[in-house]
Amino acid sequence: MGGLPAGPVERNEHDYALWEKRVDAMLTLLSSKGLMTVDELRRNIEGLGPDAYDRMTYYERWIYAVAQTMIQRGVVSIDELGRKIAEVEGRADVSP
Amino acid sequence: MSRPDAVEPRFQPGDSVAVRIAYPLGHVRTPHYIRGKSGVVERLCGVFGNPEELAYARRGLPRQPLYRVRFRQGDVWPDYGGRPADTVDIEIYQHWLEPAS
Amino acid sequence: MSADDHHHDNRHSHADAAAHQGPPRPDHDDTLTYYRAMETALRELLIDKGVFTADDVRRQVEDMDNRSPAQGARVVAKAWVDPSYRKLLLEDGGEACVVAGLDRGPYKLVVVENTPDTHNVIVCTLCSCYPRWLLGLPPDWYKSRAYRSRVVREPRAVLREFGTEIPDDVVVRVHDSTADMRYLVLPQRPAGTDGWSEERLSKLVSRDAMIGVSLPRRP
Repeated sequence: MGGLPAGPVERNEHDYALWEKRVDAMLTLLSSKGLMTVDELRRNIEGLGPDAYDRMTYYERWIYAVAQTMIQRGVVSIDELGRKIAEVEGRADVSP
Repeated sequence: MSRPDAVEPRFQPGDSVAVRIAYPLGHVRTPHYIRGKSGVVERLCGVFGNPEELAYARRGLPRQPLYRVRFRQGDVWPDYGGRPADTVDIEIYQHWLEPAS
Repeated sequence: MSADDHHHDNRHSHADAAAHQGPPRPDHDDTLTYYRAMETALRELLIDKGVFTADDVRRQVEDMDNRSPAQGARVVAKAWVDPSYRKLLLEDGGEACVVAGLDRGPYKLVVVENTPDTHNVIVCTLCSCYPRWLLGLPPDWYKSRAYRSRVVREPRAVLREFGTEIPDDVVVRVHDSTADMRYLVLPQRPAGTDGWSEERLSKLVSRDAMIGVSLPRRP
C-alpha cells in the first residue's frame, strides 16, 4: 500500500465500541494460547482483497479474519459457527 | 539430512543490500514499493519466525534474520518531493536481501 | 478463499447483552450487523468450548482500556531528565519500559530520537502495527489508507497536513513497521522547561508527537 496515491489524511478518531475491543481481546487471548498468530490474521485480511477497505470497517475485517483462522485451525466448524451466528441474529428479533 | 531451524545472519550494519524483485503468492511482509531498491543495513534486529510460513499456521521455519535497512528516499521514489537524503527505514527478512553490486 | 458476501440488514438489538457477560453494557451502535453477530457468536462458542472464559475477555478489554499515551509520555519525560535513561531507551527500549514500571511488551521496541537535524515518523504501510502495550489502541487515521500510502512517499506533505512543518535542513526518516519491531519517537525536549519535573514534562508529550506527526506541546 505504501506509495499508492491517496487523498488527504482525515483525522478521524472514534471511541472503540465494546464489540470492537472484544475482537481485539480475542486476538490477544487466542495468540497467547497458541491458537492463532497475527500472521494468519493478516493473511486472511489480505485475502479479502483491496476493496474490503471500502466494504468493511477495520474490526469487521478483523472478526472475519479471526473467525476464518478458527475455522482453518479446526477450533470451530463452519456449521457450528454458522448456526451460532443465526442464533445470535435470531435473538435480535425477540423484543426485550 | 535435516535442515537447520534458523538461518545464520549474513549481513552486518553498513552493508549495501538490494531487495529482490519477486511476487510470491501468499502473505509477504516486504512492501512492493521497496522491491528492487538498494539500501544500507542499519542493524540486525534478531532472528524471527518467517511470517510467510506462520501465516499458514506452519512453524515459520527456517527462522530468518531480520534487518532494518535504510533507503534514501531519492533512490526509492523518482519524483520524491522532499530532500533526497530523507530516508525510509524498513524491516526486511534476510531471504529477501542480496548484496548490492 | 473468497470473502463471505452476506450483508445482513441492520436490526435493533439487545443481543449484545451476550448472556454470559451479565447485564447489557452501553455500546456505540445499537444495530446488530452480520459481523457484530459473528463477534458475539464466535466469543460464545469459544467460551462454550473452554478456550477462554468471559472473565478472560472482560479482563483483556479492561487491560487495553487502561493503556494510554500517558505511559509513553512517562518514558519520554524520563529520558528528557536522565541522560543515562535516555541511552538505555535508545539501546534497549523494552528494558527501559521495565525500568519505568511498564510492560516490556510482546515486541522489541525501537526508540528513534528526534534531533535538531533529524525528524522521525512512524507508519505501518502493510497493516497497522503500533506499540499498543505502551500507547493503547492507535487512532483511526494511523490505520487509514491515506496515511499508510502517503506518509512513506511524501512525509513532509503529510506532516504539513498535521500542522507540522519540517525545515529543509532537517532530514525526515520514515520508519515502516513491517515486521517484529515496534517504534516510538523520542521527541526533542521543548525549550523553556529547565528544572521541570518528569510529571510536568510528560504532560507536554502527546500521542501524535510519539508517532512523529506532531511536535511536543510548548510551555
